[in-house]
Formats: sequence, structure tokens, C-alpha cells
Amino acid sequence: MQWDFLLVQSLSGLASASSLFVIASGLTIVFGVTRIVNFAHGSFYMLGAYIAVTVVPWLLEIDRSPWLFFVGVLVSALAVGALGVLMEMLLLRRIYRVPELFQLLATFGVVLIVQDLVLLVWGPVDIPGPRAPGLRHGVVILDQRFPAYELFLIAVGPAVLGLLWLLMHRTRFGVLIRAATQDREMVGALGVNQAMLFTGTLFLGAALAGLGGALQIPRVSANSQMDLSIITEAFVVTVIGGMGSVPGAFIAALLIGQLQAFGVLIFPKITLVLVFLLMAVVLVIKPWGLLGKPEAAAGRVVLPEGILDPRPLDRAGKMLAALGLAAVLALPLLDAYAVKVGTEVLILALAAFSLNFLVGNGGIVSFGHAAYFGLGAYGAGLLVVKAGLPMEPALLAAPIAGGAFAALFGFFVVRLSGIYLAMLTLAFAQIAYAVVFQWVEVTGGDNGLVGVWPSRWAASREVYHYLVAAVTVAAIILLRRVIHAPFGATLRAARDSAQRADAIGVDVRTHRWLGFTLAGAAAGLAGGLYAFSKGSIDPTLLGIPMSVDFLSMLLLGGIQSVLGPVAGTAAFHAAKDFFMPLTDHWRLFLGLSIIAMVLVFPRGLAGAWDTLRRRRA
Amino acid sequence: MTLLSAEGLTKRFGGVLAAKDVSFGLEGGEMLAIIGPNGAGKSTTFNMVGGQLRPDAGRVTLAGQDITGMPPRAVCRMGVGRTFQVAQTFLSFSVIGNVQMALIAHHGQTRMLLPDAMAMHQDAALALLERVGMAAQADRPIGELAYGDVKRVELAIALAAAPRLLLMDEPTAGMAPAERSALMALVAGIARAERIGVLFTEHDMDAVFAHADRILVLVRGEIIARGTPEEVRADPEVQRVYLGHSGTRAAERARRAHG
Repeated sequence: MQWDFLLVQSLSGLASASSLFVIASGLTIVFGVTRIVNFAHGSFYMLGAYIAVTVVPWLLEIDRSPWLFFVGVLVSALAVGALGVLMEMLLLRRIYRVPELFQLLATFGVVLIVQDLVLLVWGPVDIPGPRAPGLRHGVVILDQRFPAYELFLIAVGPAVLGLLWLLMHRTRFGVLIRAATQDREMVGALGVNQAMLFTGTLFLGAALAGLGGALQIPRVSANSQMDLSIITEAFVVTVIGGMGSVPGAFIAALLIGQLQAFGVLIFPKITLVLVFLLMAVVLVIKPWGLLGKPEAAAGRVVLPEGILDPRPLDRAGKMLAALGLAAVLALPLLDAYAVKVGTEVLILALAAFSLNFLVGNGGIVSFGHAAYFGLGAYGAGLLVVKAGLPMEPALLAAPIAGGAFAALFGFFVVRLSGIYLAMLTLAFAQIAYAVVFQWVEVTGGDNGLVGVWPSRWAASREVYHYLVAAVTVAAIILLRRVIHAPFGATLRAARDSAQRADAIGVDVRTHRWLGFTLAGAAAGLAGGLYAFSKGSIDPTLLGIPMSVDFLSMLLLGGIQSVLGPVAGTAAFHAAKDFFMPLTDHWRLFLGLSIIAMVLVFPRGLAGAWDTLRRRRA
Repeated sequence: MTLLSAEGLTKRFGGVLAAKDVSFGLEGGEMLAIIGPNGAGKSTTFNMVGGQLRPDAGRVTLAGQDITGMPPRAVCRMGVGRTFQVAQTFLSFSVIGNVQMALIAHHGQTRMLLPDAMAMHQDAALALLERVGMAAQADRPIGELAYGDVKRVELAIALAAAPRLLLMDEPTAGMAPAERSALMALVAGIARAERIGVLFTEHDMDAVFAHADRILVLVRGEIIARGTPEEVRADPEVQRVYLGHSGTRAAERARRAHG
């Protein structure tokens, strides 16, 4: 390998680091002040690119000057900043004090809405952007040609860092941002106009994301997958750097840029895995990131909406549960389609229930629970398709696969808490997704694998439905039992006060790890059942949208009720199944529904049921 | 044998010496108070004994066994109960549920998967609540209780581990004056009856001088005086740097009230 090649590789690493920093700095500033991890930050980035591919060519038609190109980029960034202001005023200021899980879900709702709106406005086809006038040539460095625009991008990162430093240290607004990042309550107590500060912060954060997106247009076409791909990278950068720390984000972006540039040479297929491994290692050594501060995530108020109340079922509750079970068993009397939907509801209900075992009962907000569901499905599916085993041993392997990976990932996950924990679960889920997606020879890649059929005795829809009903109902009853048992109570106790749990002799971390493993195994079992019900497996089973579906089921059902998630799953899946074929805008609808639930209906169906019962009593 | 002995505990935070060569001993059934102005190193000393902080130098032994630097859960299993400056309880549990949870942990049953946790140790939990005068409220959610009552429940939680030693960080902080002396009298009664050693920090001088057997005065990380309440009260150094006039008056008042 030659020096000139290594240099160019390193330079292109610097260019991507620069872009990544611009985006991540916005995310980290917004988190520092508002304590909200804004999923929609990736949407702002995408909007920046789409607005730029619209505005810049229009400006260049007036005059092909480099200045107009950059005017267009800046206009796009400012326009996105204005959208950030809109989001702050309409949504964020209503959710500053709700539990983290609800904040994450609400901002993810915005992601879904923006995805559909982008499709509506710009259509499904990728839009290539114009190249920057004056920066279209290549520069020769040590006999290698290197694009001038990339060199320009390398300079943008440090320039933005410098401007942010000036802003943070030389302006009143910047000083307030730093003060709020350190101690939000104190800033409030000093009589600072918080509403203005937060709105201004969102403007800055969104504008930085928009700038990042707009600067990308000469390199990549604007496309509708930009948001989720960038947001995971930006998360990784902010988490490694320390949430709320701009210099930390800069260092982390540099590290990741180089890791990607050289990782490609050594492990071309698993660069994503390398990035996430770096994150896992950093978080284990420095749980708050390289330059982060512990209090940024700790010491939040847990509101009743986030607390599971493990009351035993009353009479009406029992009747409702029995009625539900009877309906499940009677479904085959209806048509085949109802059976199919019913089977899926049962499977997803087990997955959602296992998630609530973590979220509601353990206070462990997992944003990547689909990983264990999907790994269970792949564990079972691969045994059938690749090893030629029948359904029965494959179904046994599913919870083992889910549990084993949950144990592996959970080992790192339970070292953290709050938002860091949520980010790490998301990162691990993305690792699993990337491996399944990229390891084509084994997993079939994007297309997945077909031919995952049940054994002959269970081949008919009806028989399989009863098999699923028997397994899932038994598993849910068992898990519910565990919630009420000392193990579940211990997880709840550690959620209420880790300090107190420690002082009565509980090894909190080990218990949380075991709980994470158990929930992963249950999700894996559900995944295995799902694979056989579909006859196939594919990477979407592990994706973020699947994890969000599970969380939406919890939210809809009512996170503080033990059986709420089951009801939530039934309602969510039935609604999805009914509405999705009817509309092209399912995501818009889902996003709005999630936000509406967070804002007006945080206790879900179980909460509504409670209110109804109390009113009658 | 001395129940608790601390030898030469030292802790530094950056450039600040929070505790310097702090040594003391404590017998079963004895109440030892650590007092001192804000920032004197009371909580630091306390947390080094309880396992929340690892000392830079020095040793903590419990009945002859070295417990220096053990994590809190291990210290708990050695027979040390603890209450916190801001009461730490399990907010989603009932009053009795909190004590049951502590008993489950004490019996090493936290990994059981099948029995109903809230059916376990009911009688023992009720008996503990009886001892702190909270039996009547057993089934209420703990979040509904007045703060003084929460502190009593926290004491019952700490007693669930059948401790030889109780560590109480500002046991009466945040309580009404009448509640304070009642709680301290309760603690002293239990400690003497069951030969439990109690190490506590306290800002409330009435509580200290009325109930402590011995007092340790910390100033800027160092012990400047130690002895019985009378000796500490009479110490001119203590009066000068710590008690001031109002403190001396409180001491007088306490002596008259309990003398």
C-alpha cells in the first residue's frame, strides 16, 4: 500500500467526518438544552438536501457563480431552521417533561410524517443535485486526484466548530445555551426566557442539520432514505462524544470518519459494525461519552405515565381477558384472513409484552427490541432453510438465539441508563440489522430467505393458529407471573430507586442483565413463530420501524398496565392491517397518531378502560 | 470487639481534601454522630463507610472484617443497613411492599421466578412496620405518605436486613421539628434494645445532643474534637469554629430538655 493512497483515503475520511460533525453538532446542542433526543434531526438533514436540490439549480440558472451556490445552501439551512422552530412550538414544548420514551416516540412520529410529506412534495425518485461551480475539478495530491469539493468539505467542519465556539463564548445566546446544558433548572431560576432559548436552540440545531444536508447535494442525490441512515450515525457521534458536547462530537466525528475510511480497506462489509463496536467500547469505558457529563441523563423525574402498576386483574379485567382469549380461539370460525391477522396479533403481542417487561417493569427503555425478535426469526429460519431441520427444533432455537444475543448486547446495555441506554439498544439493533443485510451468502441479504414453513401437522392456517395461541398465551402468562414474582419485583424496585435496591443488597446490574436476556428470549420466540407464519424472513424484522411498531403497541395499550400491551397490539395491528391497504400515507397517519397518543392519551387503552371503570363505580 | 472501626480514611476530590486521616470506632448499641459545617466531609466519610465511595487511603472494618471499598450491596450483606439524606424508597410499591422487597433481598430470593412476591414475608414485614409505628398504614402506596412517615418506612427497610450497624445520613433532614425528635427517639430505642450500632450525620443539634452517645466533629475533612456530648459542648475549639452562639444555645436547651 502506498503513502499517497493512504493519504487520499484519510482525506476522504476527513471529508465525511466534517459533514457528520456539522449534523451531529446540531443534535448534541439540541439535546444539551432540551434534554430531548430528536429523531427528527435526520429528517431536517433530508429536508436540507431536498430544499437545496430545488433552490440551488434555480439560483444557478440566474448566474452560475460559486457564490449563488452557497447562498442557496445557506437559504436551505435557514429554511430548515425555520421548520425546527415550527417543530419546537407545535410539539417539543409540550413534551419537555414527559418520560424519555414518549419523547423519542413523538419525535419519531415527526420522522414518519416528514417521510410521507417528502414523498408527496418531491416524489419517490432520487433527485441529483448540481455540482458546485468552481469546485468541480480535481486537485492532484501526491499523484492522486482528489475532488476539490471534498477538500472544501474538510474545511467546513473546523469552520463550523470555530463559529459555534464564537457563538457559545461571545454571544449571550451562546452563553445561555452552555449554561442550560450544564444546569437547565438554574437557568430557569435566573429568569431566562426559556421559551425563547429553546426555540432559538431548535432553530440553530435544525439549521445545522439542514446545512449538513444541503452541503451533500453535489455528492449524493436527495433521497427518501437519507433520514434514518444519517440519524443513526449522528446518534453514534453524539453518544461517543458525550451528549451535549460540541467538541466531543467533533472528536467523535473525526474518529468515525477515519475508522470508516480505513475500515473499508480491511473489512469492506462490516464498516457499520466497526462504528458501532467503537461506540460500545467507548460507552463501557466512559459511560457518558468522551467529553460528556453524567448529570445530563441522570436524575429525571419518573412520571406516573412511565410506571408499570402491577395490580392483579379485577373481576372486569379478568372477564375482558377471558373474552379476548375466547375470541382468539374462535377466530378460525371466521374466514382465513381473520385467522392470519389473529395469528400475527398473538405473536406481536408476545413481543410487545416482552418489551414492556423491560420498559414498564424494569425502566429499561429499549429502542431496539426488534433485534431480538428478528434474530429469533433468523435463528429458526436459517435452521430450516440452511440446515434442513424441521419446525420443532427450529422453534426451540428461536428463543435461544434471541436470548443469547440479548445476553451479549445486554452485557453492555445494562451498564448505562436512560437515554444512553436507549441509544445503545438502538445501536446494537442497527449492528444486527447491518450484519443480516450485508451477509448475503448466509442471510440472503435484502431479499431474505423463503421456505420457512411449519411441519406438516401444523401446515394448515388453523392448526398453526392454535399452536401459536398455545405457545404465546403460555409465554405471556409465564412472563406476567415473573413480573409479580420476586424477580420482577426486584427489577421494578431497581427502576424506582437503584440506590435503595443496592443498599438492600440487590446486585442491580446483574438483575437487569438477566431481565434483558429473558425479554430477548421471549422476543426471539415470537420471532420464530412469526417466521413460520410468514414462510420467510427478511431484514425488516430487525429494523427501527419494527422496534417503533412494538413501542407504539405499548403506548397504545398503556405502558403502566401489565396486560395493556396485549390490547395495544391487537388494536395497533388490526388498525395497521385495515388502513394500510387503503392509504398511501400510512406513515403520515401513524406519525400523527403516535404524537396524538403522547400528547393527549399517554395512558393508552388501559388508562381509558380504568377511567371508564372508575366513572361507573 | 469493636463493631465498626475506621482507620485513617482519606479521600481527595481533585484539589480538595474531603477527608483527612479520619479514624473512629463504634460499639454495638452505641449512637455515634458526625457533625460539622457544610462541606466538612461528613457525607464523604459516611459514604466511604457505606461503600458508595472508595477511600484513597485507610481501612474500614466491620467486626474485624475488612470491608474497605466493597460495593454497597456487599456491605449490606455484611449486616449494614442504610438510610439516605433524601429518603430512598420504592415509589411504586405499597408501604408493606417496600419492606417485603427488602426482606426478599435479605433472604437472597430476588431471582425467584414463580411465587407471588407480595405474598412473601408478610408477617415479618408487618412486624417491622409495627416497630417503627407504621403498621396501620401498611397497605397505602408509599407515595401518599407524609415525609416523616416515609423516613420511618425507610428505617423499617434498613432494619429488614437484621443489621448490626445502621448508617443514617441526616436522618431528620426535611422533617418537621416534632417528627424529628420522635424519629431519633425511635432509632435510639431500637439501637439500644437490639445492640445495633448507629452512625449518623446530622445538622439538627437538638437531635444530636439529645441522642448521641458520642460525637465526632469534622471541619475541613479533619476531626477537631470527639467525645461525649458534654465534652464536645465544652470544647472551646468546637464552639469557635462550629457551634457559634446559636449552636451553644441549642446545646443548652437540649441539656435542659433531656438532662
